Amino acid sequence: MSGFLSSSIARKVAMALSALFLIFFLIMHLSVNLTSLFSETLFNHLSHFMGTNPMVQFVLQPILIFGVVFHFVMGFVLELKNKKATAVKYAKDNGAANSTWSSRNMVYSGLVILAFIVLHFIDFWIPELNTKYIHGDMSGLLEGTQDFRYFEELQHKFVNPLRVLAYVVSFVLLGLHLSHGFQSAFQSMGFNNKYTKTVKAAGKLYSIIIPAGFVLVAVFHFLNH
Amino acid sequence: MTTLNSKIPKGPIKDKWTTYKDKIDLVNPANKRNIDVIVVGTGLAGGSAAASLAELGYNVKAFAYQDSPRRAHSIAAQGGINAAKNYQGDGDSTYRLFYDTVKGGDYRSREANVHRLAEVSGNIIDQCVAQGVPFARDYGGLLDNRSFGGVLVSRTFYAKGQTGQQLLLGAYSAMNRQIARGKIEMHNRHEMLDVVLVDGKARGIIARNMITGEIQRHSAHAVVIASGGYGNVYFLSTNAMGSNVTAGWKIHKKGAFFANPCYTQIHPTCIPRSGDYQSKLTLMSESLRNDGRIWVPAKLEDAKAIQEGKLKATEIAEEDRDYYLERRYPAFGNLVPRDVASRAAKERCDAGYGVNATGEAVYLDFAAAIERYGKEQAKIKGIDNASASEIYDLGQAVVEAKYGNLFQMYEKIVDENPYKTPMMIYPATHYTMGGVWVDYNLMTTIPGCYCIGEANFSDHGANRLGASALMQGLADGYFVLPYTIGDYLSDDIRTGKIPTDSPEFDEAEKSVKELINFFVTNKGKHSVDYYHKKLGKIMWDKVGMSRNEKGLKEAMAEIKALREDFWKNVTVPGNSNEMNPELEKATRVADFLELGELFAKDALNRNESCGGHFREESVELDGEQEGEAKRNDKDFAYVSAWEYKGEPGDAVLHKEELEFNDIELKQRSYK
Amino acid sequence: MNLTLKIWRQKNADDKGQLVDYKVTDISEHMSFLEMMDVLNEQLINKGEEPVAFDHDCREGICGMCSMYINGEAHGPDRGITTCQLHMRSFKDGDTIHIEPFRATAFPVIKDLVVDRTAFDRIQQSGGYISVNTSGNTQDANATPISKIDADKAMDAATCIGCGACVATCKNSSAMLFVGAKVSQYALLPQGQVEATERVLNMVQQMDDEGFGNCTNTGACEVECPKGISLENIARMNREFLKASL
Repeated sequence: MSGFLSSSIARKVAMALSALFLIFFLIMHLSVNLTSLFSETLFNHLSHFMGTNPMVQFVLQPILIFGVVFHFVMGFVLELKNKKATAVKYAKDNGAANSTWSSRNMVYSGLVILAFIVLHFIDFWIPELNTKYIHGDMSGLLEGTQDFRYFEELQHKFVNPLRVLAYVVSFVLLGLHLSHGFQSAFQSMGFNNKYTKTVKAAGKLYSIIIPAGFVLVAVFHFLNH
Repeated sequence: MTTLNSKIPKGPIKDKWTTYKDKIDLVNPANKRNIDVIVVGTGLAGGSAAASLAELGYNVKAFAYQDSPRRAHSIAAQGGINAAKNYQGDGDSTYRLFYDTVKGGDYRSREANVHRLAEVSGNIIDQCVAQGVPFARDYGGLLDNRSFGGVLVSRTFYAKGQTGQQLLLGAYSAMNRQIARGKIEMHNRHEMLDVVLVDGKARGIIARNMITGEIQRHSAHAVVIASGGYGNVYFLSTNAMGSNVTAGWKIHKKGAFFANPCYTQIHPTCIPRSGDYQSKLTLMSESLRNDGRIWVPAKLEDAKAIQEGKLKATEIAEEDRDYYLERRYPAFGNLVPRDVASRAAKERCDAGYGVNATGEAVYLDFAAAIERYGKEQAKIKGIDNASASEIYDLGQAVVEAKYGNLFQMYEKIVDENPYKTPMMIYPATHYTMGGVWVDYNLMTTIPGCYCIGEANFSDHGANRLGASALMQGLADGYFVLPYTIGDYLSDDIRTGKIPTDSPEFDEAEKSVKELINFFVTNKGKHSVDYYHKKLGKIMWDKVGMSRNEKGLKEAMAEIKALREDFWKNVTVPGNSNEMNPELEKATRVADFLELGELFAKDALNRNESCGGHFREESVELDGEQEGEAKRNDKDFAYVSAWEYKGEPGDAVLHKEELEFNDIELKQRSYK
Repeated sequence: MNLTLKIWRQKNADDKGQLVDYKVTDISEHMSFLEMMDVLNEQLINKGEEPVAFDHDCREGICGMCSMYINGEAHGPDRGITTCQLHMRSFKDGDTIHIEPFRATAFPVIKDLVVDRTAFDRIQQSGGYISVNTSGNTQDANATPISKIDADKAMDAATCIGCGACVATCKNSSAMLFVGAKVSQYALLPQGQVEATERVLNMVQQMDDEGFGNCTNTGACEVECPKGISLENIARMNREFLKASL
């Protein structure tokens, strides 16, 4: 990596920027998902819009994918660099005395999230691509009906308790990742002042509400299919 | 007996330095590139000198035994730095600072040097602020001052309780700039073990790389010693563990006279020793005496009970307490100068009234201050009929705001809450006014060998005023030496590089190698610390706060005997070609064992009481001052400069008579 | 009290090194941790063994020389102190205490518990100064008023003693608290403004070149810092860096 991104601080800022983008994305994603709890129609319409709007599909989606990939790649690059900087380990290291588990294990919570994303892509994104761009079916309709397929597909996914369990575990790890990552992103951007307390509180709230929302959706559909 | 030439310029005292600077020989910038200067020690004096010399264009090689110049013990100075800026408009002036320093030094310093110090004091503050030293400021954004050490004006600049640290980091940053430019070649973890003289001039040093054990030769056109004080001759002191006299002592053995070794400052407010394992003593700022009252029990049986842990300080009734400083010195009370306060504490403890298990501690009590401030606050806040506990809480808040960090430090070390129970304090060796003799140019009696900062003797006389050590270190390094050294080096512009393959370097290196080889091969039975502790005990008991002829003679004999035993029975584990802290200690203690004897000899010679040096034979016999220190200006208004003659006991005394043309000599009185 | 010590022994930089067990007896709770080490060393010397090498100097918490990792924490279990200010009353009779050197790739071990921290000096040399010559004729110290708030904040940043506990504690061996403190001190003072851009860029570059890791904001450094240097200083450095880069 050359130029601006060769510096440690620049990388940290880049991590923070991509994180903030993903944090925003999670709110969008959850908002859409939550509609599935009370309105099948609204959920279907929103899903169809997201799935077929060219702006979303060809501008925002690539940006999102880039953001995700960048955040992961940079995260692993930094982890490797940091491993090099700490070649010899302590025989006894009491990290719990001075920092949170989540802050010390971002790479592990990140890895679980990565694994989840792979699963999630296999579950939803690849079938979507298959339907839309391989088979060319842009209608969004359930085969042989006049109803949208999205809600139906969603419910179908949460029949298997193992998948639900995998989702729930991943969301817990996501929560831990966010509980450090949210406020950390602000600190990395150089934001540390009298509002930092508020940022930290907001981060805590966010890191509980967002994963809890996703868990709710998964469990709701598991119980109500 | 040769007379020493102090080279003080002629003329009125206030013009001496300016006129002298105007006429001094300079080295032109192109020639400075061809001149090398070695600086040993990188504290305030050495660091500021190295940086300034490098800025001027000299090639500087700097040496520090620590792993970085930033760790030098100047860093531990808490209180502040004096400067005659008169920012507070309280009548301060160069003359007043000069006067206070000479008087505070009990009229045993050189007038011309002290005046110069006062003259450049203001420049130091300007320089440090320009470097980014974060001095304390008031709400208007201007620099704040406090009064310090019982003087009549507020002229002390400070940076919280870490003034020494901030000033050192300023000098360190100036050095870093020059290291980056390649003008200073920094040698961390290197210790100078000898000076090399070529044709009678200082032309280099032999140093040991403390990581690899390599013995190195370094040549230069001049050598500057800035290695600090020798308080560790007492083993226990407020100095850093590594502080040592070696550089100063090595040049002494090669011809530099050592001046006034007996002038030691024993600081009254240190945390007492708690046991035999104690490795060092911690100072607490003298400012505590502004509000604390010092006392011991008035009854011997109470003191005994306290020592045995059967009685607590707070259980002793007011009328059974002896506020001995207030009793003996009604005018100054708890604010008497350092030496007076220290001796008075020792006197009470020697009489059996000490208040901890070792019997070597007195109380410093803030209860009265807390009550006074509490009442004041209650009045300000308009609280009528405040309860005792309300008053206490209000008062404690004030005391906490003023001394919170010191109280916290005390509690961490002693594990007692000083708000609830009185602090315990005891005097400890803190600063050495004596040191290598230097002339007005700060050059020693070896041509081309300079000595600056605490390592020299020049500015503090027999007693140093609070907040003056930092001032002197920086004055020497920033504003005096860089000028005066040019006068000497101007003769060296055609000399060229000094070769290190000369017989003189061979000889010096050989003797250093022999010394080191002796230590690592001598299979004795005692550790270096064993000897250091014994030396410390002799020094403290017989050459400490109060000295007499009998004790001093005994001390000389005992130190000599101890030294002989050291050379037979010391053991140093490990090898010479590796990092070996015991070997480092051994070379240092070997020099302390010689210095200690000269120290006692000097104290024996000086049969008067002045400043930090108190001779029991020289006290006022009657009148109001009965029992107090008696200075003898008729016989002792001189600097004792000792010439090495093979054994410390054989050192030859040279006297530099002190002339006081601008200040009238007076006996100090604090009654 | 009686204690078991597990101390890292390493003859020199090339040696592999290992933890070695030692027993010390009759340790007073009033002793400082380093005095306990003195007792151990005296014991080793008297047995004809090599004492444990460790860095120490002022023994009053200001020089920044002492540097032990005790029971998994830089400067041991207490807060706001250096190793030399740690007292044995923080331990119990019968305790086993792990004592290791400060570890970081940028802080190679020299011997036993002594590490090489000159990387910090090189970072300072790359820009940790204000370029002003010693003239004695710089402008009067009171010519530029500085707000008390900024001066106090600069002082708080400047209290760093350069001990390296931040690096030792950091799971990434990042030196950002140290560099952030120095950058902040100058950034907060008008005197530091002239060279602000080059300073932060050069110091960060040097920090990276020395092989320190990257900050992930765990905040461990702030907790273990004996002088309580705040994470705010890292944030300020990040801002300064962005300002200088963009």
